[in-house]
Amino acid sequence: MKEKILEIIGNYNKDKTRLLDMLHDIQNVIGYVDDESILILNQELKISISEIKEVISFYHFYSNEPMGKVNIYLNNSVTSEMHGRGAVLDAFEKECNVTEGSVSADGLFGLFPTSCIGMNDQEPAAIINGKIFTRLTPYRVHEIVKSLGNGIKIEDLIYEGDGGGRNSLPEIHSMVCNNIRRRGALLTHDYKFFDTTNNLLSEKSPQEVIQIVEDSNIRGRGGAGFPTGIKWKFGRKAEGEHKVIICNADEGEPGTFKDRVILTEFPEMVFEGMVIAAYSVGADIGLLYLRYEYKYLLNYLNGILDKMRDKHLLGNNIDGIEAFNFDIRIQLGAGAYICGEESALIESLEGKRGEPRDKPPFPVEKGYLNYPTIVNNVETLASIPKILTKGADWFVGLGDKASTGTKILSISGDCNYPGIYEVEWGTSIKDVLDMCGAFNIQAVQVGGPSGALIGPKDFGRNLSYTDLPTGGSIIIFGEQRNLLSDVVMNFMEFFIEESCGSCSTCRNMPAVLKKRFTKILDGKGVQSDIDDLINWSELLKVSRCGLGQTAANPITTSINNFRHLYDRLIQPGIEFDTGFCLEDSVKDSCSAVGRQPTLHHM
Amino acid sequence: MTTMNNTIKFKIDAKEIVAEKGKTVLEAARDNGVYIPTLCNFPGVPPKGGCRMCTIKINNRFMTSCTTPAAAGMEIESNTSEISNLRKGIVELLFVSGNHFCPSCEKSGNCELQALAYKYQMMVPKYPYSFPQKDIDASSPKLIKDQNRCVLCQRCMKTIKTDKGERYFSFSKRGSELEVIMDPTLCESMTDEVAQLAMDNCPVGSILKKDIGFVEPIGTRKYDKEPIGTDIDG
Repeated sequence: MKEKILEIIGNYNKDKTRLLDMLHDIQNVIGYVDDESILILNQELKISISEIKEVISFYHFYSNEPMGKVNIYLNNSVTSEMHGRGAVLDAFEKECNVTEGSVSADGLFGLFPTSCIGMNDQEPAAIINGKIFTRLTPYRVHEIVKSLGNGIKIEDLIYEGDGGGRNSLPEIHSMVCNNIRRRGALLTHDYKFFDTTNNLLSEKSPQEVIQIVEDSNIRGRGGAGFPTGIKWKFGRKAEGEHKVIICNADEGEPGTFKDRVILTEFPEMVFEGMVIAAYSVGADIGLLYLRYEYKYLLNYLNGILDKMRDKHLLGNNIDGIEAFNFDIRIQLGAGAYICGEESALIESLEGKRGEPRDKPPFPVEKGYLNYPTIVNNVETLASIPKILTKGADWFVGLGDKASTGTKILSISGDCNYPGIYEVEWGTSIKDVLDMCGAFNIQAVQVGGPSGALIGPKDFGRNLSYTDLPTGGSIIIFGEQRNLLSDVVMNFMEFFIEESCGSCSTCRNMPAVLKKRFTKILDGKGVQSDIDDLINWSELLKVSRCGLGQTAANPITTSINNFRHLYDRLIQPGIEFDTGFCLEDSVKDSCSAVGRQPTLHHM
Repeated sequence: MTTMNNTIKFKIDAKEIVAEKGKTVLEAARDNGVYIPTLCNFPGVPPKGGCRMCTIKINNRFMTSCTTPAAAGMEIESNTSEISNLRKGIVELLFVSGNHFCPSCEKSGNCELQALAYKYQMMVPKYPYSFPQKDIDASSPKLIKDQNRCVLCQRCMKTIKTDKGERYFSFSKRGSELEVIMDPTLCESMTDEVAQLAMDNCPVGSILKKDIGFVEPIGTRKYDKEPIGTDIDG
């Protein structure tokens, strides 16, 4: 085994910035990252054992402990819960004889919860040995586990055939469905792939290309909304031995899955967008950071890159433009929401824990390996080729003044037709609800847990950078849902799970808020508890990154828009309640000694 | 604003600060006798705004002064009631998220967290205590690593390294489960000098040297004599 580990390390030239790849490969061979491999890594890479473990323990999909032969990661997003996760979990626990969060005694099955895997329109979904299984039911779980027991391979268990579109290609072979329900400027097939690079790029200077992008007024589609043209202009001006273009394909905001569909159906446009960005800023290194959950697309995407190399769309002197050298490598992530934050993503690309960096300096000055780096979202990059062929005016004609173009929405939850909807910016929530067949709606989560939970009084508002901004996640909640105990609680648990922990505020405050929130849900709340939640949330605003700064949003936006739900739970006429329950506190001791004491209440 | 030679001028709470170019706001403030509280900052190693104690406000945005380069003309808010409340909140949050037993702690009086709690006049933290279950690792012959008192400041991680640059201390896990752990091999063979340095560089009582304790009586220690920051803003 030692030779095998040495070979893996050698494959990456003992480069410690490729630690994530080495850990993936070791885990593929052994099933987990064992102490012996860690020792070999320690000797070969000259980093201490605890520094290696620090990386392993940061990412959800690495393990330093033996795993099952079959490992099931069952998505725990709110939509999964709404569509029957509880029963599916029970079925897995029963059929595999394992409790969630552990490996079965016989070592066959590992069953673990995992944050949103980007399948919100086909829940409950799970990753089983790297393959995606969607729309699970207890019956289906029974079938899968039985078949596995009979020696049938995971690949052959894809239910109801492939998911359609390019999911049916042999390179992907996945049951994931695209569910594209509405196509607009970006998703319409009216562009000959690589047309811009083949026919336009050599005629335009980098500055001219940047000007077109700037004139189009396109802003980052990941959520932050920074103007892309300005970012590229900074990148052009920045000086460095190398420059880097990164495509952020780590969409982890619960409820977002549009990048998955773009990468499945239009990866050519994403990669071409990267080539155009490289030409514009003068970059030679290209990286696409693919979230681990989308590993099933990795071979397929690498195949597209190979074809591009064959056509001289990557490599040296691209498109015959002298000294335009650029290539793209795909880095697979390992399970961490925070890596969607651009500086955390860069840390992860360098083989480290994905902890956000302090800014300044911004990535455009000092990014990947300290080179000037542009990080763009999948959807942003995919938009670029069409903007160049059709012109900035065409793009400005779409959407509204401050928010040009279209936005691809990932819609899930209580509606008849969950899936992908491309709409022009400026579309109202009401129109969105009508589009996807949503009736008797209590609330809509716009922009995922870090966004806002809004109610009917705000359904007339529009999706735009100046009104309701969104990276694309729209989760719909019908009247039957318990917004506080089911939705807000799920989101708070998500933030607690996904904090990197390096800021004292984000590491600790969400758990404090959850505790107070739980007190209210348990019927022990008083009026001042609601004020506490609002006041204490303020502290999160001093956190380093967007995750920390928005981690209280589920609570604060639900208090703002659904105050009556909180007021209803508050004990009337009581000003103070510690929330302490003597019976509960001594329950364990009582059962241990087997008698019931007479409790004297204060 | 003025840019004479190699110096710049800016303001913290209306006080004019003259600083060398290239300094951070925190360094410039200290050079000018303005105290900004810190916990994770350590001179000589790269800052990582982790504790958020040195938060200031520039152009209505919260920034950490340890990581923000000073720039000419900045107008910075630091000692306002808003920011003091936030800093106090951070101290309280650290207290309720760990288990800090000041009266019996070897570091009492030399502890920066305790000193900051006094400075911000913390009585009882406004947040509920979480009383987490934490481990004590006594596997090293030289050190005890008590997770109850750790504030995850990374000072040991950044300052205690081998000649080859390997770290004796590292993070483990993430989020609310985050811990600083000792490297089993390196901490096995650690020298007394390194162990002492690790204890001294720890702002709290999480890293303690074995075999010896309470040499200096409580009541006569650094922050028993004068409040934290007095050496800067007198």
